[in-house]
Amino acid sequence: MFDEAGLAVQGALDAGAAYADARVVISKTETINVRNQNLDQMDRDEAIGVGVRALIGSSWGFAATADLTNASIRAAGERAAAIARASGLVSGPPMEFADVPVSQDSWETPYDEDPFAVSTSEKVDLLVNVTKTMQGVDGVAIATGNLTFYDTNKWFVSSQGHRIHQHIVESGGGYDATAIGEAETQRRSYPQSFGQYETGGFETVRKWDYEGNAQRIAEQAVALLTADEMEESETNLILEGSQLALQIHESVGHAIELDRILGWEAAFAGTSHLELERLHTHRYGSDLMNITADATLPGALGTFGYDDEGTPAQRVDIVKNGTWVGVLSGRDSAAMAGLPPGGMVRGDGYNRLPMVRMTNVGLLPGEGTLDDIISDTEDGVYMSTNRSWSIDDKRLNFQFGTEIAWEVKNGKLGKMLKNPTYTGITPQFWGTLDRLAGESEWVHWGTPNCGKGQPMQVAHTGHSASPGRFSNVRVGVKA
Amino acid sequence: MNRGQNLVNETLEMVGDRCEAEVTADVGTHSLTRFANSFIHQNVSEDVEQLTLKVEVGGRVASSTTTGTTPDALARFVDATIETAGSQPVDEDWAGMGGPTEVIAADNWDADTADADPMARAEAVKAFVDAGEGLLGAGFCQTEARHHAYGNSAGRRVHGRFTTAVVDGIHQTSSSAGSGHAAGKALSGIDAGAVGSLAAQRARDSVGAFDAKPGEYRVVLAPEAAATIAIFLNVYGFNGKMAEEGMSFAELGEQQFDEEFCLWDGPTDPGALYVPFDNEGTPKRHLELVKAGVTTSLLHTRRTAKKAGTESTGHGVPGAEMWGPFAINMFVGGGDKSVEELVAGVDRGIYVSTFNYCRVLDPKSLVVTGLTRNGTFMIENGKITDPVTNMRFTQSFVDALAPGKVEGLGDDARYADSEFGPLFVHTPSLQLASWNFTGGAEG
Repeated sequence: MFDEAGLAVQGALDAGAAYADARVVISKTETINVRNQNLDQMDRDEAIGVGVRALIGSSWGFAATADLTNASIRAAGERAAAIARASGLVSGPPMEFADVPVSQDSWETPYDEDPFAVSTSEKVDLLVNVTKTMQGVDGVAIATGNLTFYDTNKWFVSSQGHRIHQHIVESGGGYDATAIGEAETQRRSYPQSFGQYETGGFETVRKWDYEGNAQRIAEQAVALLTADEMEESETNLILEGSQLALQIHESVGHAIELDRILGWEAAFAGTSHLELERLHTHRYGSDLMNITADATLPGALGTFGYDDEGTPAQRVDIVKNGTWVGVLSGRDSAAMAGLPPGGMVRGDGYNRLPMVRMTNVGLLPGEGTLDDIISDTEDGVYMSTNRSWSIDDKRLNFQFGTEIAWEVKNGKLGKMLKNPTYTGITPQFWGTLDRLAGESEWVHWGTPNCGKGQPMQVAHTGHSASPGRFSNVRVGVKA
Repeated sequence: MNRGQNLVNETLEMVGDRCEAEVTADVGTHSLTRFANSFIHQNVSEDVEQLTLKVEVGGRVASSTTTGTTPDALARFVDATIETAGSQPVDEDWAGMGGPTEVIAADNWDADTADADPMARAEAVKAFVDAGEGLLGAGFCQTEARHHAYGNSAGRRVHGRFTTAVVDGIHQTSSSAGSGHAAGKALSGIDAGAVGSLAAQRARDSVGAFDAKPGEYRVVLAPEAAATIAIFLNVYGFNGKMAEEGMSFAELGEQQFDEEFCLWDGPTDPGALYVPFDNEGTPKRHLELVKAGVTTSLLHTRRTAKKAGTESTGHGVPGAEMWGPFAINMFVGGGDKSVEELVAGVDRGIYVSTFNYCRVLDPKSLVVTGLTRNGTFMIENGKITDPVTNMRFTQSFVDALAPGKVEGLGDDARYADSEFGPLFVHTPSLQLASWNFTGGAEG
């Protein structure tokens, strides 16, 4: 497929592009949804095509087609150049392109069990069994399970000489139980909301012991219907790892995207409260806060060999001992900001323009365990598993809801609380991080549904986290 | 016969009599020119050609999509889909396929929009940007042209085509932003300069915003904010799957809303978009969802209709097995008041241009949290006075429209952007008696 990608690049160059790159992508997705022991959905999707990007002056153009005949591929390159030329009608400042090594390489996700080779009956049976267990609990109205697998081959060629093939395998899923009361619904999910996804094969599903947790999850969903409502207060907030991972995603991951900081996403996703002049001086959080963007973490969902500009995967410090020190960037945004390119540009399939996306933006672990944190907390709440999330366009004002919470009194978990929410302002909130569990509870949580861009693109991102505690947080916000 | 119809027929021929099958084809182009900091920074165009095949083998069902449509690729695709279905358990909820049918006449197509080139989109962007002299413009201009075709082994064949165009964006000062939006089936029907002018005006009017105190306020919601309410009612309330699962607020025949509030799916309304059938080939028709405040109908696919003991309303969409049916031509009934008259009816309240990042806290009560964005203003003594900073709300969307709560409907109905994107909701501005703001952007 390198030849096909090269043909697209040549088409763009012949039409006047100063630089061009192209990706031929073959992506396969398998989606299985089971609801109350019935197979609701068995989809196998495949997309094959080429996307080509052309730069003329300071303007980009991008064209994509699924028609892989030589004439069509070449025409896509020419069209990308024509689009770039039209962009020049409303052109911007001169475009620089940061240098990266010109690689000719291949890379593959390490995996044990090809998820597409595991029989569909085994996968369906797994979900039927967990929904059966959950339905066996009195009060559970809906029990659903999902598995999704991704197999992506992409061939990247640039006019600078890149020739990179990657084979990326991602696997994951999860399940949830819903109990329905008179005027409310309560849900519990496992391993986390929307499922847990990682790079790797079917072994990443097996390790989560789906069947061993179904009964507990279902019982909790039913118990929530009669649990006390969380009262509004300011208190110590202990977050379970997957909720802390989403907190990182929303209030750090998006805020550090250089395209947002530069205003490129202003109209849709928004901008950022971060200003480049304050890089290396802005206080993002407490001393315990150490965030990295690490695309090399084995097994994490945002792990790859090269990004979609051919930049090698790397680990970049983002927040060090509470101080903001790094961003997520690509070749053009990094050059504009005078920073080294971070290799964080990816496109959602052959037909989407690569853009700055999170890799694995995670919080490095602290010490001890969740139990230690609870033992050391006189008064507070422990919240687990995301239920809702909302944050403003600068990634400053957020409100999260979780599926479940427990009060913490005198170092012990107390009664269960329903409809938990908490709200805060990003730097103030992170400034109150005062406890962080250690490596034994550090998990590479995966977010398979990160939306950004127009046309919309969905990225798969990783967020390593262990449970942590924040002080003086406003919880229990009511309608 | 067009490319989509040919693909449908070729695929059904390859399936032959091996099983029951339905095929949808989506063929066309989608182009989007994006700008920020007052220049075009992303500019894309895609040839779309996607085929979806669903097969049923003795009650066992599987579906697949592909972009590979050469004869060899199609043959492999068909064989693999049938093989996958054969190894599944029986789908007890499978509702079968519909037979031959007629769809309403609709050709929501504009030839110039279908042929719009990157320069046409760039010119629209330039008009938007030029309308905000001294400001920073950001947004997009989109055009698309699509042919949809559906066929199944029960003899149903339907096809149609549509175009859409959108100009959407903001202008920004160093401390504020304002938005503008226009959409329809034709790019020529959009005055990009006027959209940019509104955005610029809102941005300039928002300079010097102050933090309003959280609490209950009367509100006037511009069409973008109103569209977000409508789309949440659609997805979480009138959704037949949510209703069947007991997770919807909707109670048929009940006066759940103010009698001024009317909501319908209107594929035959002037200005309607898309093709007049869903992804199961079911014809669409005018469907009242709320009439004078009374909940009158739910949205159904064949699957949810079977469970409810009724007929599909033609609201199947890709992913409906998971998320349920979805209306794509929603209309909120308009009134006769200008925006100035709506504002004049508010002694003390908030004018909201747009909501942002809205998320459901509880689907059954439809309690939602979100923020305001791109133009939020204080209303005092019937006039817009000072700009306020973005505010967070936590509010039941059903309660906000409850009997006695809708105090006015604007005469400005149009297609508006929503939390789920543009081109789904046609709505006027709304004046509501109460909205619960729970915090400012700074806490």
